[in-house]
Amino acid sequence: MIPAAFEYVRPTTVDEAVQAVAEGGEDVKIMAGGQSLIPVMRLRLAAPETVVDLGRVAEMRGVRDEGDALVIGAMTTHAEVVTDPLIAQHAKLIAEATETVADRQTRRRGTFGGALAHADPAGDLPAVALALDAQMVIAGPSGRRTVPASEFFVDYLTTTLDEGEVLVEIRVPKLAGDWGVRYEKFNRVAQAWSIVAVAAAVRRENGHIAEARIGLTNMGPTPLRASATEAALAGAAASPDAVAQAARSAAEGTSPSSDLNAQADYREHLAQVLTRRAVATAAGL
Amino acid sequence: MTLTEDPATTAVEKEVGKARRRKEDARLITGRTTWTDNMVLPGMLHMSVVRSPVAHGKISSIDVSAAKAAPGVVAVFTGRDIADEQGSIPCAWPVTPDMVNPGHPSLAVDEVNHVGEGVAVIIARSRAAAADAIELVDVDYEPLPPVLDMEEAVKADADLCHDHTQSNTSYHFVFDAGEAGTGTDTEQAFADAEVVVSRRFVNQRLIPAFMEPRSVVVQPQGDNYTMWSATQVPHILRVMLASVTGVPEHKLRVIAPDVGGGFGGKLQVNPEEVIALLVARRLGKPVKWTETRSESLMTAHHGRDQIQYVDIASDREGNVKALRVRLLADMGAYLRLITPGVPALGAFMFPAIYKFPAYRFECDGVFTNKVPTDAYRGAGRPEATFAIERIMDELAVELGMDPLELRRKNWIQAQEFPFTTVAGLEYDSGDYETATQQALELIGYDELREEQRRRRESNDPVQLGIGFSTFTEMCGLAPSRVLGSLSFGAGGWEHAAIRMLPTGKVEVVTGSTPHGQGHETAWSQLVADALGVPFEDVEVLHGDTAIATKGLDTYGSRSLVVGGTAVVKAAEKVIAKARKVAAHLLEANEDDLEFADGRFSVRGTPGASLAIQEIALAVFAAHDYPEGIEPSIDADATFDPVNFSFPHGTHICAMEVDTDTGFVKIRKYACVDDVGTIVNPLIVEGQVHGGLAQGIAQALYEEAVYDADGNLTTGTFVDYLVPSAADLPHFDTGNTVHEAPGNPIGAKGVGEAGCIASTPAVVNAALDAVRHLGVSDIRMPLTPERVWRAIHQGGDGGDRAAAGTNAYGGASTESTTGVSTPASSLGGDR
Repeated sequence: MIPAAFEYVRPTTVDEAVQAVAEGGEDVKIMAGGQSLIPVMRLRLAAPETVVDLGRVAEMRGVRDEGDALVIGAMTTHAEVVTDPLIAQHAKLIAEATETVADRQTRRRGTFGGALAHADPAGDLPAVALALDAQMVIAGPSGRRTVPASEFFVDYLTTTLDEGEVLVEIRVPKLAGDWGVRYEKFNRVAQAWSIVAVAAAVRRENGHIAEARIGLTNMGPTPLRASATEAALAGAAASPDAVAQAARSAAEGTSPSSDLNAQADYREHLAQVLTRRAVATAAGL
Repeated sequence: MTLTEDPATTAVEKEVGKARRRKEDARLITGRTTWTDNMVLPGMLHMSVVRSPVAHGKISSIDVSAAKAAPGVVAVFTGRDIADEQGSIPCAWPVTPDMVNPGHPSLAVDEVNHVGEGVAVIIARSRAAAADAIELVDVDYEPLPPVLDMEEAVKADADLCHDHTQSNTSYHFVFDAGEAGTGTDTEQAFADAEVVVSRRFVNQRLIPAFMEPRSVVVQPQGDNYTMWSATQVPHILRVMLASVTGVPEHKLRVIAPDVGGGFGGKLQVNPEEVIALLVARRLGKPVKWTETRSESLMTAHHGRDQIQYVDIASDREGNVKALRVRLLADMGAYLRLITPGVPALGAFMFPAIYKFPAYRFECDGVFTNKVPTDAYRGAGRPEATFAIERIMDELAVELGMDPLELRRKNWIQAQEFPFTTVAGLEYDSGDYETATQQALELIGYDELREEQRRRRESNDPVQLGIGFSTFTEMCGLAPSRVLGSLSFGAGGWEHAAIRMLPTGKVEVVTGSTPHGQGHETAWSQLVADALGVPFEDVEVLHGDTAIATKGLDTYGSRSLVVGGTAVVKAAEKVIAKARKVAAHLLEANEDDLEFADGRFSVRGTPGASLAIQEIALAVFAAHDYPEGIEPSIDADATFDPVNFSFPHGTHICAMEVDTDTGFVKIRKYACVDDVGTIVNPLIVEGQVHGGLAQGIAQALYEEAVYDADGNLTTGTFVDYLVPSAADLPHFDTGNTVHEAPGNPIGAKGVGEAGCIASTPAVVNAALDAVRHLGVSDIRMPLTPERVWRAIHQGGDGGDRAAAGTNAYGGASTESTTGVSTPASSLGGDR
């Protein structure tokens, strides 16, 4: 459990970080908390030539209000996310999901941006970012670009981040109107990854569900939206029966894996049950 | 010297029964102590092990040249290099005369037989250098078909785990009560029975998963060697290493410093201990090896792994008539210290607390290409308890009887003790009815049954079930003569010595080596009472064969029952020796002396008294002591029990089952255990809690899973699920106390009770919740998927997919040799 030897760089600004990544050689890994990277290196699943530690980049940390959106620094720790008043007010779904991530020690070091860039299909936050239509702000040698969450997650542990690029901050549009949210996580023991989880945000209007956004965790190599259920819920009655009916299509278009916690057909079943529960709770039913 | 105190007014409070906090905990918890891996010796080298990534294959070539040339590497040894010195890992329990033992090299020479088996070791100047060089060793394997499934392995045309054996069966062990004269003819009883229920149960493979990894340091000094090891058994290890390596026993000192857990997993002679000793001998330098967590899960011995075919016969009124058990017990690839003995020991526990007239037990020990199994908390008894407590529920269902009524009808009554069972064991004491009544009250049984009824009637998605386990176990291993009759290679006595220091302080030396049980506290309490000295004046020494010169160490809930008794017996000898000195100094007749609260006083002569601690000083000075005796009141004692002790108890679990997802959640858990006299209630409760956690973990969480190629999928704690406090319910615990008649303390042993009893209670509870939905069995662990499948698709929940979870990059894809694999080049930022 000793990692292979590596170079270690600890920049203090985004510009320095981008430069450090550029100069780091063939195989550079960016460390944004290290709660996934360090174990993988200790197991020698990864043996990067250089590790660029973003832990001292102050400008990547914290949450600010930009009117219609919150901007969350990529290096904001899970613990900070859980207790942040702006997030509690405008993006409660993120706080609720983050509270289920691992344990206290991990939440103290792990970061929001690190979890998104790692793109673990069993990780909780990618599906939440997807459900909230978050925008990823990326810095690279040729400047900054912004990518919507729907285009950010490409494959298993793979994002649209190019070599040399750093995820800097995440813009999360504020939810306007009467929204309820719920993160419904299913795992076997308290600190485990999600077997399946469902992130739901539901806007109610006049006793109906006006809009529902549903993100699915671990139902494929990337986080997914339960689009068929979202469509079925738009304008549906805010009733348990209507929700249950809509939730039946939650696993449409998914491609879950089979492992010792769950085979694919069981994951599909769980997605339906958890979607029903998440939407019902979010809708206040 | 004070001779004026009136003993009656200074009577000290008894230590036995006090819930003292453990005096060793501060240093154990803060780590400010000597764990083996903390040892740093001048010039010390570090060892790492190159391990096989294939489950079964011939080693066609090994190239170590690149590793030898790597920075910091001092030497590399292959199995071939040490083939003449390494002997075979010993197996001390040949359960049958014709048991097949294929031999167990510490480093594979020609053939590997499980993933993780060592094929070479790197010796380097730093731990990092030793780890880095692993991937430089180039080993070619010629793969052979892996033998992984026991039921396939025992078929006539099965592939062989070892090509030099005739079959994959190591032994066939039979206990037949009819033949032994302890019961009637089993086959006849089944032929005559009105009701027969037969089941196949799977007791899955488990990993002991102790907290402190295994670690060993060997220091050569001339032709002497000192070994520090994170072991439960320094004394056994010393004897065994001497016989394996040829280092004479008197040239070898073994020290188990503070040891962080074992659960039987450190009741072993490990290959790495043998190799470290051989390497230190070759190089003349100190050598250390500490395993990684991955190595620990993959190569430290596993536990359980039995397929149990159980038949029970009864009449229609529920009077049991016979029990028949056939086992396939997975040995893994090799026989380690007591691998074959674990299922054989269980043979005597299947009849449990019930009065079976007839009983037959057969067990095949089967080789597979997996890591060997061996002792794990309970060792044989949890397997037996699971089978009998599950089949009793199945019989109750068949008869349409309440499961508790069926048990009550057949269990041994309080007035029937001592009771000789159909397996030939003499149960010492107990009262199953009283324990059961208390447990029913603790859990609030009637209310729970009422809630269960309501949930069933309303077709609630969350159903409630209640499960029982009314268990007993055999503890206090063990009467040496009985072990002899079972072909075990050692006795079961224990040794203790008491040294009275000049200042009146007391050193207690115990041969029972703790690895977290709290011996120092409990032994101090025993000695404080026996000698009448303050608790704080007692120090307990252990674990070093040069200090605790004799001992048989810690396992099988034996420490207090056997080792504690040796301490009490040694104290009695100290008092007897001190009495002579006291009589001399007080100028009284020995017969006129009374010993109470640590003082000898002369009957009828108020004020004439002498404390034993004062006598210690007088004997040290030795200016004035009786003619004809030695100037010492130190003493030692060796205690060999004449019988096992038999703790018992009633465990009740109330379980919620979410029928939508299959998720099970323990709602309430209550147990009332009778462990005999309780020396320290806090330690007893701690042992019960820990045991419950491990027993519940077998029922719900833990399983060592191998894929079709023989790779351990559950190679990290991501996939091998050990529950934390957050996953476990509040435990309502209670005790009844029936003293064990076989030892002066009256203790029965508590280390394994919770682990043995809880597993079937939990499974029975889950089944009780969903039996009305057509479910009659669910395989352990009760994963949500299995429970859901059993409810909605029938069957027992079936096999799990073998693949490990993909979380954080698929930890289970770790190459076992530490070499990066294609899966290493994972994308993304972490």
